[in-house]
Amino acid sequence: MQASCSPSVVSGNAALPVTIVGGYLGSGKTTLINHVLNSATGCRYAVLVNDFGELAIDAQLIESEKGDVISLSGGCVCCSYGNDLTSALLQLDTTTIDQVIIEASGVALPGAIAGSLSLLSAFMVSSIVVLVDSTSVEEQSSDRYLADTIGRQLAAADLVLINKIDLLDEQQAEQVKDWVRKHYPSARIVVTSHANYPLDLFLLEHSVNHAYADEIKINESHATSIYTTFTIDVEGKYDVPELAAKLANAEPGLLRVKGFVRDLDNCIQLIQIVGKRWTVQQAPAKVKEGLVCIGLSSDKITCESISSIVELA
Amino acid sequence: MITIYSARKIVTMNQSRPDVTHVAVRDGMIIGAGNLTELEGFGEYTLDNRFSAKVLMPGLIEGHSHAVEGKWWRYVYCGFFDRMDPHGKTWSGLESIDSVVDRLKQHDASLSDPDAPLAGWSVDPIYFPEKRITRADLDRVSASRPIGIMHASGHIMNVNSRALELAGFLRGGIESSGLPLGDDGLPTGELRGPDVMMAAGQHAGFDGNMFDFDEPGLIDFGKLCVRKGVTTATDLAAKLADEVVAVGLDVTSRSDFPLRLSTYRFHHGLTPKELLKHVLDLAQKTTDRFRLGRIKIVADGSIQGFTARLNPPGYFNGAPNGLWYIAPEQMQEIYELALQNNIQVHTHTNGDEATDLALDMLDRALQKFPAKDHRFTIQHGQLVNAAQFKRMAKLGFCVNHFANHHFYWGDEHYQLTVGPERAERMNPCRTALDHNIPLAIHSDAPITPIGPLFTAWCAVNRLTGSGRVQGHHERITVDEALYAITMGAAYTLQMDHEIGSIEAGKRADFVVLEDDPTQVDPAALKDVGIWGTVQDGRVFDASQL
Repeated sequence: MQASCSPSVVSGNAALPVTIVGGYLGSGKTTLINHVLNSATGCRYAVLVNDFGELAIDAQLIESEKGDVISLSGGCVCCSYGNDLTSALLQLDTTTIDQVIIEASGVALPGAIAGSLSLLSAFMVSSIVVLVDSTSVEEQSSDRYLADTIGRQLAAADLVLINKIDLLDEQQAEQVKDWVRKHYPSARIVVTSHANYPLDLFLLEHSVNHAYADEIKINESHATSIYTTFTIDVEGKYDVPELAAKLANAEPGLLRVKGFVRDLDNCIQLIQIVGKRWTVQQAPAKVKEGLVCIGLSSDKITCESISSIVELA
Repeated sequence: MITIYSARKIVTMNQSRPDVTHVAVRDGMIIGAGNLTELEGFGEYTLDNRFSAKVLMPGLIEGHSHAVEGKWWRYVYCGFFDRMDPHGKTWSGLESIDSVVDRLKQHDASLSDPDAPLAGWSVDPIYFPEKRITRADLDRVSASRPIGIMHASGHIMNVNSRALELAGFLRGGIESSGLPLGDDGLPTGELRGPDVMMAAGQHAGFDGNMFDFDEPGLIDFGKLCVRKGVTTATDLAAKLADEVVAVGLDVTSRSDFPLRLSTYRFHHGLTPKELLKHVLDLAQKTTDRFRLGRIKIVADGSIQGFTARLNPPGYFNGAPNGLWYIAPEQMQEIYELALQNNIQVHTHTNGDEATDLALDMLDRALQKFPAKDHRFTIQHGQLVNAAQFKRMAKLGFCVNHFANHHFYWGDEHYQLTVGPERAERMNPCRTALDHNIPLAIHSDAPITPIGPLFTAWCAVNRLTGSGRVQGHHERITVDEALYAITMGAAYTLQMDHEIGSIEAGKRADFVVLEDDPTQVDPAALKDVGIWGTVQDGRVFDASQL
């Protein structure tokens, strides 16, 4: 559990970012994975699933199917790993992939998967996203067989998606949110329906060879009342990991940060934050300092509140 | 063409006629067991007296093994206990790190390529004075080639510096419970858990498919079975990909292959519906010697790896509860689909909480799809208690206990994993029989050596590696243990109408023994000599394999 909250500092751009999607059966993991597979454009994902069961990939996207591997147009691959995730990861051709997404089995502990991944130098954990079924999470959390497993999943989450919220009325929805907040006070929580969560809010792109302003294409597409997006100027020099950690632990409603900050050695570093997890990497040449932040409007994330954290750092 | 074999004694396991002197065989089938005069009534025959000084029993049945043991023998055996290989050579047990290093050095010298990997298996440093092996120990064998040795438990591996380096693990800053660090801040070379083991083990020459047999491995497994008197064994957690099934069908169809192998499709990596479809497809290809069309579920991990799911009070040393390898709903769905389609399911449970889950899920599934004779079986069930046996009896569960654990890890369970009280009731064969639960006992080969007579000895004597009797009250009699390794196992495999006893109408499967196991000192049960087997009427002399 500790490992989940501990940040990773990565220098250079060698390691592939890995997003671990966890959560119990019926929480919406596969729906989220289906969104990824069916809307992957310009980014080459390797999606590792426990089984192909409920996957629904647009048939037009499928280029070939061979045993445990489905190749999609645009460079994505989808593999089923059964009981041997490490072998599946080691078999990936990392030169043809920008980002790995692992769908954990319903009873797997994503924190343990992250622990194993931390040993493989070709990969770095960029976030653990755990989904819960808002209609049943409380009941599951008191089930004698499941309680500790669900608890360990949630405790390891960088980001919790309380899914299927459309099936609850407003009062019930608030109750579930309160329940998660009470039991996991540091959790970054978003409510969703049909696991509809913007991909760029939880996936990193491997390539950082373009200016930050283009990096998060959220401004237009997610400019709804749910999310708020703003850019903070960060002039001056910072202890970058310290700043990243502060931002990641500051406001529960801050969901995603990406941008460039000058470090104490006068080098520019790339900060990526998804939920509670931050990573710092060497930035490419010729980028402009600044941080794009995305938060929940409801949690009163504002440019001012985040700027003050940066200023204090 | 009828052959009548004479023997010093034939222990039939048929309670109507427990011992006889002759057995008549035609086309691989037993047509009668009795005395010669009785059997002459079948007509013209050839009398075969080659076993006249031997004792025959029904061919022994290993109800929980993995055929991959044959493949593992291509790695260097480094175990603490003496163990026989498929070619009949008994490798002496290694009692110190130096002796492990010496054996690996001998193999190192036989390899011409200085970079070729070297893999060993079954090492058990808990028995060594040093308790731990380090990469420096293995570096004494070679600094140039990657070397790895898997522990007997299958949960830990030791590698040398070169293998660590190839895996990218020979660096500072590693923080992982899977990679303990030495005083120098670098990993010691001990790898804990399957993920870490595979990442480095692949460089040390371990095959990625740890549980798939291959052609030479299956042939060797067959030979090993002859040496241990086994005529029917199981491959109890198989993925059964098309190419593996093709190898299995080919090898087992050969006239000199001495074994019937019952395979169980592992649940992992498929949804319950996909699993059922695969198993129904497989069932179409089943043959007499290569049985297909059954399911194996793995519910939890292992007790010595602290990954089994335990009810309170949990682990003796305070370790957190273990892991589920299947969700309750998935287990229930598999049970329901299997009951609807008359497919048998064996379920691995080590901890008592995992057994509770299997009981609850079968209870629910049976309420929807009642079945009178499903013979679903709990595999291992190492911590089953009397209350659970009472439920198992009502639900129709069989049990196959891991009796060899008493000997190989009994002391560890007593001191570390579950403590004295529960260690004494692990694999409680006595309580199982007292509750009328159909009982088999097993080796889980290659985790412990295949050898049903040894397994029976374990259930009868319950001696630990250090020589203590652990769980006096759970011992069973020699007759009960011999039944468990023949008829008991046959019942759990739904083959008791075909094999498991020597009586008219069953397959001509015999183990040929040098002595009468019902008459020897129970403490010597494991030492009864095995001449070989007869499988489907074909004679296999262990000395001529």
